[in-house]
Amino acid sequence: MGDNSYIYAVARIRVKEKYLLSDADVSQMAGMPDAKTVMAFLTDRGWGDAGAAMTADAMLAAEEEKTRKLVQELRIDQSVFDLLSYPQLYHNLKAGIKEICTSEENKKAFYPDERFGREQILKILEEKNWKALPEHMREAAERAYETMLKTRDGQKCDIIVDRACLEAMEQAGRKSKHRVLRDYEESTVAVTDIKIAARAQKTGKNLAFLKEALAPCEQLDVRRLAIAASENQESLLTYLEGHGFREAAEALKESPSAFERWCDNRLIETIRPQKTNPASMGPIIAYYLARQNEIKTVRIILTAKANGFSEEATRERVREMYV
Amino acid sequence: MSMGMVWAILGAALSTALAGIGSAWGVGIAGQAAAGVVSEDPDQFAKVLLLQLLPGTQGIYGLLVTFITLSRIGILGGTQITDTHTGMMYFFACLPIAIVGLISAYHQGKTSVASIGLVAKKPDQFGKAMLFPAMVETYAILSLLVSILAVTNI
Repeated sequence: MGDNSYIYAVARIRVKEKYLLSDADVSQMAGMPDAKTVMAFLTDRGWGDAGAAMTADAMLAAEEEKTRKLVQELRIDQSVFDLLSYPQLYHNLKAGIKEICTSEENKKAFYPDERFGREQILKILEEKNWKALPEHMREAAERAYETMLKTRDGQKCDIIVDRACLEAMEQAGRKSKHRVLRDYEESTVAVTDIKIAARAQKTGKNLAFLKEALAPCEQLDVRRLAIAASENQESLLTYLEGHGFREAAEALKESPSAFERWCDNRLIETIRPQKTNPASMGPIIAYYLARQNEIKTVRIILTAKANGFSEEATRERVREMYV
Repeated sequence: MSMGMVWAILGAALSTALAGIGSAWGVGIAGQAAAGVVSEDPDQFAKVLLLQLLPGTQGIYGLLVTFITLSRIGILGGTQITDTHTGMMYFFACLPIAIVGLISAYHQGKTSVASIGLVAKKPDQFGKAMLFPAMVETYAILSLLVSILAVTNI
């Protein structure tokens, strides 16, 4: 058994897991005729604000807020959840650098964040006050900012920030005392590297680009992955099939949306053993990630319904659920 | 007081103390889990309370053996022990429930936590959930029987 200090929190999470959407629920939503029916189904399941009428975005925001409040109430180490929000944090940095350098206001590009939201990030960048950023971001922020100012190349800026994000996640995961976090961060970096390699291969990027973009990872030989992706799709698929990522190769062959779905499903697989872990931080982290996956899946379904996608096309995009 | 009495009282004290420590630990962790479940689903109170109480029995068994011992060595009744040999016999007779009570309550508490997690997700599986920690009880009962048989036949 794990750490006894998490017994109360894990018991609460076990009750909450009952209300997570299952694969059957997701399948049912995918088969619904429109977004309105999906929203009504979710309202019946307790989503949103006590049955009050609201927009899809407001409903999803309310669910994110519920999860955030729950993990705060559990009175456990919140730094773990800071680590899980690295992608949003680095995303805000990218959005901030682009807004400052291009002078084009884009409020919607930012994730809301109390410490590093739009206002705070823009202030830091304007003052070049790198020390106000978390230590793992400083060097990449300065480099990306200077690169963007000099070259106006948004893609180069993205590569610097995205790689820094992956490296920070990998290092933080490795240092973490929570095994689930180590496994999750390691899988996230591996999956993201594969995603970058697949996209780079499709858009014909060269080896130098790939070497710069891919972050080191224990599950992958990134040098060989970069070489394979810089050659052709066949080489990339052969590399993936030969290194424990056969399903990724099959999904890539199938379609881009099947590949995106594999990426998320792989991460859910990493946390699934926490369903039977009676007492440690693991089930709490897993629940938090499962909720994020659930909200993401609902967003995909609502967007697909709003845009008139067929049931089959919607089903192709939905992710596996944790429960 | 003879050395025999010292040994016998030490055995009686240990049977309550060790089994009680185990029970306090087991009931404590199961109580944390029960509180977690009830904070989200108050309807499960009765079910999780029963599961929380299961590791508490070892403390009662220890107390029972202590009473029987004290009632035979001249404290609450019976005759005072005058020789070391008889006192040590009482001491060793108390050890099964003291040691097994401590360890079984500890593990029963952990099993109760897992069962409370099961009830939290599937309340209709309460009957099965009760059986898992109840299995651990078997060994506490066996040690109680051995201690009682030994103490009453010295």
